[in-house]
Amino acid sequence: MFGILRTLWLTFLHMGHRRVTVGYPEHKPPLPPRYRGRIILSRDPDGMERCVACNLCAVACPVDCISLQKAEQDGRWYPDYFRINFSRCIFCGMCEEACPTYAIQLIPDFEMSEYLRPNLVYEKEDLLISGTGKYPDYSFFRVAGVKIPGKDKGEAEREAPPVDIHTLLP
Amino acid sequence: MATILIDGRACPARTDENLLQACLEAGADLPYFCWHPDLGSVGACRQCAIKQFSGPDDKTGRIVMACMTQVTDGAILSIDEPQAREFRAGVVEWLMTNHPHDCPVCPEGGECHLQDMTVMTGHDSRRYRFTKRTHRNQDLGPFINHEMNRCIGCYRCVRFYRDYAGGEDLAAFAAHNDLYFGRHEDGALESAFSGNLVEVCPTGVFTDKPFSAVYSRKWDMRGAPSVCAHCAVGCNTIVNARQGTVRRVINRYHEAVNRYFLCDRGRYGHGFTSAPTRLRAPILRQDGIPVPISMATALERFAAMAKDGPIVGIGSTRASLESNFALRCLTGPDRFSTGLTQLEHDLTMQVPALLRATPARNPSLHDMESADAVLVLGEDVCVTAPRLSLALRQTLRRAAFPAADAAKVPHWMDAAVRMLGADAPSPLMVLTPAATDLDPIAATIHRAAPDNLARLGFAIAHRVDNSAPDAPDLSETEIQLADALATALRTAHRPLIVAGLQYANAALIHAAANIATALHATGADAALSLVVPDCNSMGMALTGGIPLDAVRAMARAGHIGTLVVVENDLTRRLDAATLDELLAAVPHLVVIDHIATRLAERADLLLPAASFAESGGTLVNTEGRAQRFLPALTPTMPIQESWRWTQQLTQAATHADAPEWTNLDQIVATIAQEIPALSRIIDAAPDAEYRLDGRRIRSEPARISGRTAVRADISVHDRPLPQSPDTPLSPSMEGAYSPDMPGALMPFYHAPGWNSVQSLNRFQQEIGGPMRGGDAGTRLLDDGIPPETPEWHHDIPTPFTTAPDDLLLLPEPRLFGTEELSALSPPIAARVTPATLRLSTLPAGLQDGGMVSLTLAGEHLTLPVRHDPALPPGIALCPPHLAARAFTTPVRVQLHGDDTP
Amino acid sequence: MTAPMPVIIGVTLAVLLGLATFLTWFERRLLGLWQDRYGPNRVGPGGILQAVADGIKILFKQDWIPPFADRGVFVLAPAIGMMTVLLSFGVVPVTAFWSIAGNLNVGLLFVLAMMGMGVYGVVLAGWASNSKYALLGGMRAAAQMISYEVFMGLSVLGVVMQTGSFTMRDIVLAQSGLWFIVPQVLGCVVFTLAGVAETHRLPFDLPEGENELGAGFHTEYSGMKFGMFFLAEYAGVVLISALLVTLYLGGWQGPLLPPALWFGLKTGALVCLFILLRAALPRPRYDQLMALGWKILLPLSLLNIAATGAILLLHAPG
Repeated sequence: MFGILRTLWLTFLHMGHRRVTVGYPEHKPPLPPRYRGRIILSRDPDGMERCVACNLCAVACPVDCISLQKAEQDGRWYPDYFRINFSRCIFCGMCEEACPTYAIQLIPDFEMSEYLRPNLVYEKEDLLISGTGKYPDYSFFRVAGVKIPGKDKGEAEREAPPVDIHTLLP
Repeated sequence: MATILIDGRACPARTDENLLQACLEAGADLPYFCWHPDLGSVGACRQCAIKQFSGPDDKTGRIVMACMTQVTDGAILSIDEPQAREFRAGVVEWLMTNHPHDCPVCPEGGECHLQDMTVMTGHDSRRYRFTKRTHRNQDLGPFINHEMNRCIGCYRCVRFYRDYAGGEDLAAFAAHNDLYFGRHEDGALESAFSGNLVEVCPTGVFTDKPFSAVYSRKWDMRGAPSVCAHCAVGCNTIVNARQGTVRRVINRYHEAVNRYFLCDRGRYGHGFTSAPTRLRAPILRQDGIPVPISMATALERFAAMAKDGPIVGIGSTRASLESNFALRCLTGPDRFSTGLTQLEHDLTMQVPALLRATPARNPSLHDMESADAVLVLGEDVCVTAPRLSLALRQTLRRAAFPAADAAKVPHWMDAAVRMLGADAPSPLMVLTPAATDLDPIAATIHRAAPDNLARLGFAIAHRVDNSAPDAPDLSETEIQLADALATALRTAHRPLIVAGLQYANAALIHAAANIATALHATGADAALSLVVPDCNSMGMALTGGIPLDAVRAMARAGHIGTLVVVENDLTRRLDAATLDELLAAVPHLVVIDHIATRLAERADLLLPAASFAESGGTLVNTEGRAQRFLPALTPTMPIQESWRWTQQLTQAATHADAPEWTNLDQIVATIAQEIPALSRIIDAAPDAEYRLDGRRIRSEPARISGRTAVRADISVHDRPLPQSPDTPLSPSMEGAYSPDMPGALMPFYHAPGWNSVQSLNRFQQEIGGPMRGGDAGTRLLDDGIPPETPEWHHDIPTPFTTAPDDLLLLPEPRLFGTEELSALSPPIAARVTPATLRLSTLPAGLQDGGMVSLTLAGEHLTLPVRHDPALPPGIALCPPHLAARAFTTPVRVQLHGDDTP
Repeated sequence: MTAPMPVIIGVTLAVLLGLATFLTWFERRLLGLWQDRYGPNRVGPGGILQAVADGIKILFKQDWIPPFADRGVFVLAPAIGMMTVLLSFGVVPVTAFWSIAGNLNVGLLFVLAMMGMGVYGVVLAGWASNSKYALLGGMRAAAQMISYEVFMGLSVLGVVMQTGSFTMRDIVLAQSGLWFIVPQVLGCVVFTLAGVAETHRLPFDLPEGENELGAGFHTEYSGMKFGMFFLAEYAGVVLISALLVTLYLGGWQGPLLPPALWFGLKTGALVCLFILLRAALPRPRYDQLMALGWKILLPLSLLNIAATGAILLLHAPG
């Protein structure tokens, strides 16, 4: 009983408190860098697409709003198309969690309203940025042992040169 | 039946299996790599370590390799014991030291046994900080990608490729940490079964190259049970599709037919379904110009055509029973043609009767593996029925079992059994005109013309059973050979005779039947297998019809108003002149097909049919097993199943009693009713009303991705999923899925913790045994009542005679290129080699590789010559269709010298 | 200085409906204030035209009746809800000279009767919607409102006993010395709680229960029919406030300021209290609601009657 009255009183006192909300869009709230807003695809330090079309973001997506098709050139995998239907996206960030190459990232931009839903379907051209995003130094292909132009077998991080299988030496 | 205790749980086990099998059958999660149900155990990977205790009082126990230890009654095991766990974790961490960590760009990812096992053992972070050993990869041809860095050294690939499939050009190189599996140099893998490496390899060393080009993760693809359409063996397959295209074909386990393996033609031959030349709209030819028209217009045009006289239909041995039957309903049985020339027609028609009338068994492929004497009579099964030849190859392994039993070595102890069986005599006897891939492992090889082989066959039958007719005028060597082979067959307990229609020689199959009959009379468990050419040749034989020659006669007499050809490229059956004559006598030609054939170019009305991936239907394989294939894709209108087109044509032609089938089950029921020989095809697979736990079986994995984005570029609105009335599978990931699904409805293999094809173990009653939900298909020819007394065939041919300029040209089917559909698949097409003419003796003045001219099936050809001294004299070989399009059956030809400038 | 009856009715009706509409905005602003946020502040000065915007929107919405609903009752239900509340105002004396039927000799009974009728609006809405959430909401409403009606009636008996009349004006006049809130504090508390429950306002809005029942009895309602329920609720808030003022807070009486203003101020303060309840308190479980009613409020109101009766008897002349 007293608790209820106290609650009423304390709530009543909130009349004099400062408001925690701001009047968007006149006042824009400061967003932390890890804010989960619009999704982008980043490039590695060499300027190549980071996305290797592994499909893990698509499978991690709880609303199934990511679709892509793998293509390949000289050992590098890349998405032939990469489509995010933002009218379905819930900005949960699972795709970013799942991405093994830091390619897909959520950025602090949330102002993407449209009058037409088809305009919320973003293709690779709309998603791909020219920078590295949050992880400026990471390059998947420098770590993984696949051969790509400019990096032969045995030239990835912590790799020994290829074995000569014709030798009998131990 | 023994009982073993796994972590305190009593589980039934068989004493002829190893502990790993017993644990897996008990549903336990025990990691392993090198063991394979059909390849046995070699103990190479040390991953399946478990603790075995000597008794209830033994608390220490000892670590054993489960795959190398036999089940004993009352054995006490522990998988969870900490020391065993630690051992396994150590092994997998060790195996992973050199792994390139490229799962995101590995096509195996998501269905990788190594991933599953790594997760199962709990290894999640890498402690090894030294450099990784690396390897260079090889180009292994159009089928297989090679990425040696992912190898864990389980030896499965070479054990399958060399030991199981008899390949020569894949081997283990180098030693210790540098172990390398590959070819001696870059080049396409030669074996007809190289594609199985993709499924055999537990990780991503060997991956599917054509699939990689249209790659999709396993969880993203819809699956539908299908049946391979590229030969008559009828291997069970799963067709994987996404976004309206077929992505790949993988093996679907059938205990009695293909078990764990497919041939490369079946695995890579599906490319025709998405060929750019696919027909996609009805086409009307007006004044020689093809015009795309609507379905309604097409049917109207047909209705007009139908008024111009009787309709005659030509079916096809590559079309389903349903397509052929619907056509037969349109034309009536008297005007329905099998689409085969007289010779092929007569031979095909008598095969089921022959199998029924012969008292010997009609074996399944798995059955053949346990034969202890095999006579291959005049059929190169390695190209006409590749998976069958792989089964025959396993008879060699069985030959080692007596020695293994004597040494008390269990059969799954693969290396030891092969070692013990090294001296076991081969049970294979190969009697063919030309060399086959079975020759290297055959005990007896004999080369002769088909007629002479038939004569030899009759002679063998006579020597097994005196009442059988003997071939007169045998040469001395033939008599000796016949004696030897007859002795070998007579002493066998499970002799098997394999013959076929490759050389279109009735005497050959009759001789084979005689031998089988004779062997059966001796009390042996004899078996006779006859190989027919096409995926539904047997179905056509059971449906019946008139040969093409009869159609020609009707056309000549002016009795054809409209000729409807379903999925049959007549240019491959009739030479140009004959076909021109036929078509000239027919006012209207209607062609229903899914590929753009040469015949389709001449059709007045061309209707686009659904391919096997988009339709359901029934095929009867060479052993008479009716098997259902279900649609993996929904055909986009106006593409529809041939039987639906034909049904609509029937309705358009205003037949009063036009059939009103609305789904596959209804037409299947009608076929079963109308054709007694096919009455049991209803049982080939559950009908569309089948429900598991009250729900349809889902055709897509539970975690299929991108559903709200995949067609968002076209429309962001949801649309109802296309629901096919022909399949009991649901069109989405909603539905039931359990290990108890019928084998005929298996859309994909997945079990918790087991994402790779190895999860198959969870779906079998026992490992290597039938599916828990029952195997697919139903055998149709087991109802024959053989005569009381053996009925012998007496059509013994006269000895083959040769003339200097007169050669008997035999068709030499190739694994790749001569089969119509698979040849349209790009990876298969990449493996096709140009046609040559193989000759035993070169004409004077002609070098090996020189050009020679001849007239074959109405075509003037100039072909390079290859000298093959092993061929019998007077015999020449040329691949069918490849050089001369209509060349299918043996013909006499005369060679002209090279008259090219 | 009594105004002609049609004017009184017209003005009362207009003020009441205007007030209810205004309250839809005012409540949201006040909730925002107490919850450290803005509330609707975009339309018009301070957002006051939000109510107008909402009104326009709700009027222009499609007037849709679900195909599975019982059409006649479905349409009737919101009208009953609205009508009973409006009719109750008839007996509320705003001032001594300004009321429609403030001197009706069964005024208080009339109010109670109208409240009882109001249950039908909710129950019939729940039933006619023919959907499970609506039906559940309707059933809850029936049980809740019938239960609380009992104490409401009992709680005001003390007032009647002291006044000796059911006439609202007499009740107000009887408070010229001491407001009844002092002698009837128990009755006042019970009446307030019962009033909240009768208008199914938070924290006693279980018939609506957004998070478990969708929107309870008006799940299937949209457009202006939903608007009727909405307005009836706010009119109900004003009614209960006005009744509290009349019964316990001395009605229009007060020093200096004109009587009508006193009435307005007192009523306004109580409306704010109602909103504060909503801002602060969570919704009880249904069994807690019923237990509170039958195990606490019923005995309390009986106690109030007994005590009032005893005291009256003691002081009774003769």
